[in-house]
Amino acid sequence: MAGDDAVPLLAVRDVTKSFGAVAAVAGVSFALHGGEAHALVGENGAGKSTIVKMLAGVHRPDSGAIEMDGAPLVLGSPADARAAGIAIIYQEPTLFPDLSVAENIFMGRQPLGRLRRIDKAAMKAEAEELFGRLGVHLDPDRPARGLSIADQQLVEIAKALSVDARVLVMDEPTAALSGVEVERLFAVARTLCAQGAAVLFISHRFDEVFSLCERITVMRDGRWVSTDPTADLTVDQVVRRMVGRDVSALFPKEEVEPGEVVLDVRGLTRHGVFSDVTFSVRRGEIVALAGLVGAGRSEVVRAIFGIDRLDEGEVHVDGERLPAGSPAAAMNAGLALVPEDRRQQGLVMELSIERNATLTRLGALARVGLLSGRAERRAAREWTKRLQVKYGLLADAVGTLSGGNQQKVVLAKWLATEPKVLIVDEPTRGIDVGTKAEVHRLMSRLAGQGMAVVMVSSELPEVLGMADRVLVMHEGRVTAELSRAEANEETVMFAATGQNGTAA
Amino acid sequence: MAHDTLYAHPEAPAPEPGARRAGALWRALFTRWDTWVVIVLAVVVVGAGASVDGFAGPRNTQFLLMDIVAIALIALPMTLIVITGEIDLSVASTLGLCSAVMGQLWVAGLPLELIVVLVVVLGAVLGVVNGVFVTKFGLPSLAVTIGTLAAYRGLSFVVLGDQAVADFPRQWTDAASSTIGGSPVPWSVLIAVVLAVAFAVVLHWTPFGRSLYAMGNNAEAATFAGVSVNRAKFWLFVASGAVAGLAGVYWTLRYASARADNGSGLELAVVAAVLLGGVSIFGGRGTLLGVLAGVLLLGSLRNALQLADVPADTLNVVTGALLITSVVVPNVVGMARSWLRQRRHQRG
Amino acid sequence: MKTSEKHAGAQRADRSDVDGQRPDRRTGLGRRILVARELGIVVALLLLVAVTTVTNPAFLSAQSIRDVLLGASILVILAVGQTVVIVSRNIDLSVGAVLGLVAFATGKLFGAAPGTPILVAVLVGIALGAACGVVNGVLVAAARVPALVITLGTLYVFRGIDHSWAKGEQINAADMPSGFLRLGTSTLLGIPLLAVIALAVVLLVGAYLQSYRSGRELYAIGSEPNAARLSGIPVGRRVFIAFVVSGGMAGLAGVLYAARFGTLDATVGTGIELQVVAAAVVGGVAIFGGSGSVYGAAVGAVLLTTIGSSLAVLRINPFWQQAVVGGLILAAIGLERLLAARAANRLRGRTSHGA
Repeated sequence: MAGDDAVPLLAVRDVTKSFGAVAAVAGVSFALHGGEAHALVGENGAGKSTIVKMLAGVHRPDSGAIEMDGAPLVLGSPADARAAGIAIIYQEPTLFPDLSVAENIFMGRQPLGRLRRIDKAAMKAEAEELFGRLGVHLDPDRPARGLSIADQQLVEIAKALSVDARVLVMDEPTAALSGVEVERLFAVARTLCAQGAAVLFISHRFDEVFSLCERITVMRDGRWVSTDPTADLTVDQVVRRMVGRDVSALFPKEEVEPGEVVLDVRGLTRHGVFSDVTFSVRRGEIVALAGLVGAGRSEVVRAIFGIDRLDEGEVHVDGERLPAGSPAAAMNAGLALVPEDRRQQGLVMELSIERNATLTRLGALARVGLLSGRAERRAAREWTKRLQVKYGLLADAVGTLSGGNQQKVVLAKWLATEPKVLIVDEPTRGIDVGTKAEVHRLMSRLAGQGMAVVMVSSELPEVLGMADRVLVMHEGRVTAELSRAEANEETVMFAATGQNGTAA
Repeated sequence: MAHDTLYAHPEAPAPEPGARRAGALWRALFTRWDTWVVIVLAVVVVGAGASVDGFAGPRNTQFLLMDIVAIALIALPMTLIVITGEIDLSVASTLGLCSAVMGQLWVAGLPLELIVVLVVVLGAVLGVVNGVFVTKFGLPSLAVTIGTLAAYRGLSFVVLGDQAVADFPRQWTDAASSTIGGSPVPWSVLIAVVLAVAFAVVLHWTPFGRSLYAMGNNAEAATFAGVSVNRAKFWLFVASGAVAGLAGVYWTLRYASARADNGSGLELAVVAAVLLGGVSIFGGRGTLLGVLAGVLLLGSLRNALQLADVPADTLNVVTGALLITSVVVPNVVGMARSWLRQRRHQRG
Repeated sequence: MKTSEKHAGAQRADRSDVDGQRPDRRTGLGRRILVARELGIVVALLLLVAVTTVTNPAFLSAQSIRDVLLGASILVILAVGQTVVIVSRNIDLSVGAVLGLVAFATGKLFGAAPGTPILVAVLVGIALGAACGVVNGVLVAAARVPALVITLGTLYVFRGIDHSWAKGEQINAADMPSGFLRLGTSTLLGIPLLAVIALAVVLLVGAYLQSYRSGRELYAIGSEPNAARLSGIPVGRRVFIAFVVSGGMAGLAGVLYAARFGTLDATVGTGIELQVVAAAVVGGVAIFGGSGSVYGAAVGAVLLTTIGSSLAVLRINPFWQQAVVGGLILAAIGLERLLAARAANRLRGRTSHGA
């Protein structure tokens, strides 16, 4: 293992990157040494992905530098990164669905035969050899379309393996993988390390971080916080550095006496995605849907709201059955859904703050079917004010706001519909700590005033702090229903990983 | 305020600073594409009026306006469709098929009043076909309407062959080119203006119109906000078909001739006018005023050049160049702007 | 229309349908669909020939086959160029105008220099077409504007240039050397020379798209442009080349058109871009890129041409041809969608029982 004084294989020096007015990364430095796995941790939105994209040659730092073997390295394009021996495994696999698995692995580097023709047999053989090293059976000739996320991730890993990378960057690669697959991935990472490569590992799973990595760098709000050998750290220390304050102080849930049932979900099934999901939510209650990424939680709430179709099951609001597959009907019945992906689903980024804030209730704002700019502006101003959105002009594109303020606009547009049931999917993903606390306070207050809240969250502290009841999902099924008293890290994780067969 | 106990800040919202807003409004006005189209239109009209003999005369004005009515009509629903991120290339073929059917029905002896209604309904039905393929089967509108472009034009030849029906009653064909009172403005323009106002109101002042911009920018986010994306698109294709049918009626009477190849290639002129008017081909951006200015600009330019003895076929160069300019310039300007911002940022 | 809402972002939804699933370990499901697609069109072609032959056995005579091949050759060459562009998720609508311009230029060339060797004329034609392709390619790749709009514009521009050059003039066979005109009629071992050229083009471009890195990268770009960028593929350069190839093919087609028909004016090739796109789409080239082959597109072109002659033989109003072309486009894209949806459903269904 390399000492601290050796020239690092790859060094990030004081890099800064802004998007519009928002600084995604400011003055971050750390170094990767050959033969060592290095973890980069931080909350969502802490700037980790921006660092990854700089190393990938997608974003260029506004200032600062990246160095390899002590010499400056200019990464102007993904091709530069590849030429420098940097391989990236993204959180979301980036495959070509129409092309074969083997071609996906070797695109641009296909083995050549006579007349510089691609040697397909050699390519297939090499792909098979790679899968052999990974210990998996994937047909190199089948198209990538239709592969599960886990298999797609395996193809990405094979790709990284095939280039004999000097630096392997893994951006939350394990989210969709099973335990065995994660072990296999780690074996590959360790092999690469043993051959002198450096690994940068980004993950939210502390057990993985602590078992794989020799060193941990913590980021918060786009800034570097600390870099220490793993041996000197505990999980608690890391979490505190990520969050910047004591976790327990974060989640102020008011005690509320729950009222009558508002939302009643019975036997919801979508073949191959989730099955037989049944639960109900009362006025004043916050019910959390917990589980690992890919357990089907977002899919359930999307189906409740009518975005996705259902194969079986019913949704009742105040005793009335919702017609399936119609978000408009769900809204009329008093449902609101703050979706998981703010940029793709929550907001129309190119439209103004005003247009986004009023998009959910244009009908209500119109008089004789016609909209007047004034009524819209007034409504938008009122609701952005209530949620303390910080903006320049209402006419500015919503994409110019920071993540936290964007989330407030999403909340504003839904609260303006005065819903009976508020469904929030990952309500605090990618927003700063201060806004996070505001969102939690807001949800708590809304429940206190009689709103029923369904919260999908992957952050365990948030689930444990906010929820009156916790439903845990595993592979499309509800595996446990825990009261506030029963829910703790162990019981939730147990059910989420499917180790607890019977519902509590 | 009814909910002032709900959230942290019950005090009344403060208005935005007035001066800043006014400045921003001016800036917004002049960074808008459609403002510049209107300015260029004014320059072209004034310039042509001063330098091209006969351009400003009442007779030429009448013909100029009559020539662009069909394009203007079809451009109205096309604007809305392109704003949602779709496209309808079958409009000119719809016009042709409606014209051919109109001729056959007249030969068959139906009263013209009934024929007009039937032909517009036929246009709507042809639009339904597009709408079903795009929204029910989820097929790309570009491919679908290239298909129906060929199919409808083929059918119009099946209906009428290469003959022409030209014996429409005088009073009808005269009506198509008669003018309002003593002015050079044809009655048909009035119909186009009424429809344009209707489409403008729908696009700019109704919830439906707002939702079109939202789905054009991001259909997924619009769906999550409760917008019925496919229903909206379906009805836009129906409207497009019906208006193309109406344009077919006008075309037939204006040229007193029902032919299978009527309006051939007109879809290109319409799309060119819509894009020239500042509607983004990617969807989500554009105004009806800009499109009308685009239609007028294209029409006046062609008319002026024609008067200046530039042969009609050569004018295509102008149309094509304008179309390319209208999409390339904003893109290049945008790219240059973000490059400059990047530079400034790196120095600062 | 209520049920239609579930199609919102249909492609995205379908893809995620599939993504969420356990792997399909059976080999080559997608490949079988692909094979079925190209096989399907061959079967359609054979059926059409069979039906027509039953009605009129003369349809299968050597002369008649030669006619169809001759008629299809130019369309095949254009469809090959178009396929190169379409697999990269672009489209080239200007090919008809380029063909017209080059055909007229060829006539002019022989008018000005009657002694020009045929090979030189062909090369000049290809170069002129490629130059038009350069214009398209620069505008699409550098200005990042959708190819549909750009090539719609250049369709006007090239055609307009053609018109202003021709000024209503018509070039006749008499103005061109007979050696050149024989190019359009002579045969090699009984096969029309034009068809041999077209076949050579198909094999050459087919091999390029299948077996060369830059060819495969075009599929990668069309399949998932973002992934292509992330994996370091020079997207702009590849798309640029695709347009140059398409332009060059249209140029070659223009020269061959001049040789075959001899009568040239500024309207040559008007509207042929529709048939070209139709041939590619009917031949199984996905309109949004990433899949399809020049072989399929070539068979598509032959099928469209055969329909034309079949209609005549079957004594059906020839005006039906264009309507049938339109119907075929709709059927082809509809079928593709159906197959994709069924494959996705099958994966989904199997999982639900297997889980």
